[in-house]
Amino acid sequence: MLELSQQIFTPANVLFMLKGLQMTVMIAVLATIISIFFGTILALVRTYSTGKWRWAGTLVAIYTEFFRCTPNLLWILWIYFTVKGNKVGVSVFAISLFTSAVVAEIFRGGLNSIPKGQFEGAQSQGFSFLQTLWYIVLPQTYKKIIPALLSQVITIIKDTSFLKMVDVAEFMRNCAVVLGSIYDVRGMLLLFAFEALCYFAICFTLSCVVRGYQKTIVTG
Amino acid sequence: MIKGLFDGKRWSALLAAFPEYYIPGFLMTLKISLVGLAVALALGVVFGMFSSSKWKLLKIISRIYVEFIQNTPLALQVMCYYSVLPMLFSSSGFRIPKFVLGVIGVGVYHGAYISEVIRTGIEAIPKGQSEAASSQGFSYLETMYHIILPQTIKIIMPPLANQALNLVKNTSILAMVAGMDLMYFTDSWGADRGYFAQAYFTSAVMYFIICFPLARLARYLEIRSMRLPVAKTLDIQADEEAAC
Repeated sequence: MLELSQQIFTPANVLFMLKGLQMTVMIAVLATIISIFFGTILALVRTYSTGKWRWAGTLVAIYTEFFRCTPNLLWILWIYFTVKGNKVGVSVFAISLFTSAVVAEIFRGGLNSIPKGQFEGAQSQGFSFLQTLWYIVLPQTYKKIIPALLSQVITIIKDTSFLKMVDVAEFMRNCAVVLGSIYDVRGMLLLFAFEALCYFAICFTLSCVVRGYQKTIVTG
Repeated sequence: MIKGLFDGKRWSALLAAFPEYYIPGFLMTLKISLVGLAVALALGVVFGMFSSSKWKLLKIISRIYVEFIQNTPLALQVMCYYSVLPMLFSSSGFRIPKFVLGVIGVGVYHGAYISEVIRTGIEAIPKGQSEAASSQGFSYLETMYHIILPQTIKIIMPPLANQALNLVKNTSILAMVAGMDLMYFTDSWGADRGYFAQAYFTSAVMYFIICFPLARLARYLEIRSMRLPVAKTLDIQADEEAAC
């Protein structure tokens, strides 16, 4: 067994795979930032568009429903094959496009839980609509949705493994390259265990943070 | 991204390939989703009950299962089943049928999520109820079956519908191992002809057809579960008259 692991986990291989892990984390972080930004905007438009801006809300509703009901992999492949450009950039774009819709839904749930009285109170104090959003509504909403957002970050990290299909040099794909040189079942199992352990370490840490945060919310 | 989406010639090519590629893919996705959902529900109920039982060992087993499956990507799990499972049984070129692979993949993955859903559902029922039941001589299984589970169903229905939605979406992962599902056929037809916009748009619509009713169902159940139960008005007088 020791000999086998020495055969697989040579310094070059490990370095190669960890480079993939770095890429995975980078893609996940970028996609998270972009989709939180756009998700917020989408949710705000959908919740507060009234009067002659009604159509914008409808448009956003169609966007979120459509993306929520189709797989992420489909968007990754579609965009990869039709949009020209940097591979990593294109895949970050695809993942963010999909995740923005999910984040918008999470965010809308948070916005709906803010009591209406807050708006009326802010208005009575002379806050404009945008000021109310920025100083009063958004901070409360973010605080409420942090657990759901972090769970979504875990999903994003797991979803980056789809990028193996479009040959982006992320963790899963780099491991598959190493896997190609192994013909032994035990070796394969060892490599899969290593892979799973790396993902587990990242995602489990995040989910522990989620649980800790939820506890602080409950106990105040 | 949508270049040539409105090209009539390409659409007629897609229409010609539709029965050969999209119909079997769609049916396969449906079949995998249905059987996978059944497997996931079975696993979820078993492990959900494990994690709320009083035996420490069962609790630990179910925690390990849930944490490990939830925190590793489904793609990795499917790849692992695909390449390692057959080699454990024989050294020949035997491969697991794609349908079974898909069912195991999404079933085990979503089983972990559903078990968490069921655990929170069971924990939401006050402890006094199971204590009262055991004082009346109900066994553990009887308590679960007659008292706890019927009440949890109302709580867990909305998240379960959401899980079903995610399960359908996640069957697309099988395309990574040539799983003969909708995504795989879409990919192969699109790559064959180069009409990516048509291929993926059609497949998106087909996934939407399955998933949208589920999303609406989840929304409806969520709204319904938020409504407080209305007490039945007791017609006491009528009862008394009947007693007389």
